[in-house]
Amino acid sequence: MIWEFDLIILIFLVITAIISLQVRDLLSAAMIFGIYSFLMCLLWAEMAAVDVAFTEAAVGAGVSTVFLIATVFRTSRRSSD
Amino acid sequence: MKILGLISICITGWLLLSAVSDFPEWGDPHSPANSYQVSQHYITKTFAETSVPNMVTAVLADYRGYDTMFETVVIFTAGIAIIGILRRYDSSSNTINKPESFTEKPKEDLIIRTNCRLLIPIIQIFALYVIAHGHLSPGGGFQGGVIFGASFILLSLAHDLKTVQKKLPEGRILTLAGTGILIYAGFGFATIVLGNNFLDYSILSKIMLGTPIEARSHSMLGVEIGVAFTVAAIMFSIYSNLVSGGKMKEGL
Amino acid sequence: MEFLDSISGKFNYWVYIVLMMIGLYAMISKNNLIKKLIGMSIFQTAIILFYVSIGVKDGATIPILRHDQVHHTHATEYHHEITEHTSTTVTHSTAAKEKHTESGPDEISINPDDFANPLPHVLMLTAIVVGVSTLGVGLAVTQKIYREFGSIEENEIIKKITSDQ
Repeated sequence: MIWEFDLIILIFLVITAIISLQVRDLLSAAMIFGIYSFLMCLLWAEMAAVDVAFTEAAVGAGVSTVFLIATVFRTSRRSSD
Repeated sequence: MKILGLISICITGWLLLSAVSDFPEWGDPHSPANSYQVSQHYITKTFAETSVPNMVTAVLADYRGYDTMFETVVIFTAGIAIIGILRRYDSSSNTINKPESFTEKPKEDLIIRTNCRLLIPIIQIFALYVIAHGHLSPGGGFQGGVIFGASFILLSLAHDLKTVQKKLPEGRILTLAGTGILIYAGFGFATIVLGNNFLDYSILSKIMLGTPIEARSHSMLGVEIGVAFTVAAIMFSIYSNLVSGGKMKEGL
Repeated sequence: MEFLDSISGKFNYWVYIVLMMIGLYAMISKNNLIKKLIGMSIFQTAIILFYVSIGVKDGATIPILRHDQVHHTHATEYHHEITEHTSTTVTHSTAAKEKHTESGPDEISINPDDFANPLPHVLMLTAIVVGVSTLGVGLAVTQKIYREFGSIEENEIIKKITSDQ
């Protein structure tokens, strides 16, 4: 574990979390949430939790983003806040 | 409502932040969680007891096998719940009014289809590798199953939902999902029949022709295959229900 | 530099609380149902971040045994297999059992401080996969609500419910 690397990823994590909740376009929100999941995966790989990072890369960054996009496709793309 | 939420999370956050100073230092090897004898036992004794170098998989599939079995059941239940919520069997013309940005359906692209035809076998081989080497390297049933399900999702994105349904009808997907849990539970019942505790694999050496330690390692592989069946099938089932609005006819 | 070291010991815990509060705020006060679900996922990952941070050790490697640590014992096992094949096949399994108990476990010396704590990793690995299936159920309910009310904004849904009554 390298704490400088850790600090940089944590700052990016907070930024992407806030952006994905603030953006009005839900498709963009889903994509930025995928970036958030991938940063989380990098953080766990850096903390020596390789199995958790692998699961998050497959599940969080891959499949859950696809689920969100599928729901946005079936419902509305615009968000009021 | 927004002001109320802001006040409440400020109070909760302040309470939690004031408790941070009581936590042990980050990365301290002698913190209570790291020096407790359960985790010490897992690190030092796992290879001697199970002959599996990856401790995470050993704890997941062997020491805490009962937990993992019902996590798999939770995933299966979630898939069944989504079918119960969304599935529509009527073929009425009650179509959903889609937003304008999605209504233009482009023609199927040659480049995308060719690339997917090249990529999907590689993805599936990689998924099988991840499942089979779950006890030797990072990976296992959950990860490999998700990757295997994602390859079918990619196929249905590149072509159509119907193309996949010719190969994998809905009933077959759910049969596969149930088969996974039955494989897992079958290992548990086999151990009971042979006279050991539920999911205590060392007795299976009578069937598998090896030492009890090797039997634990091989049973972990079998259990991971069961988990992978369920996870792969349920991931594709959830996707196909969500993307077609429960009609299982047209997709993205 | 001492100040930086004192911060670096704790900032993982601070950020996990910040992320958790961001997710909780989204779940309470966002109007859009999909935004609420994204908030729920952020909340979940913040909890997982907390658990994984607990299991970190300074100077530790991933919780998988190195090749040389495994290889040492594999060499002895391989020797057992050769002796097994030369012996009769009837006493195959019992002989192997005895051989394995007499050598084996004592020969490996593993220092627990060299490996990250595997227990939080196991607990969180299953939590991630269960988290994505609960997200799927939430999205399915969202689609059902959209089918009934034609909207995924909370205030419009409440308006439609009250006007129907």
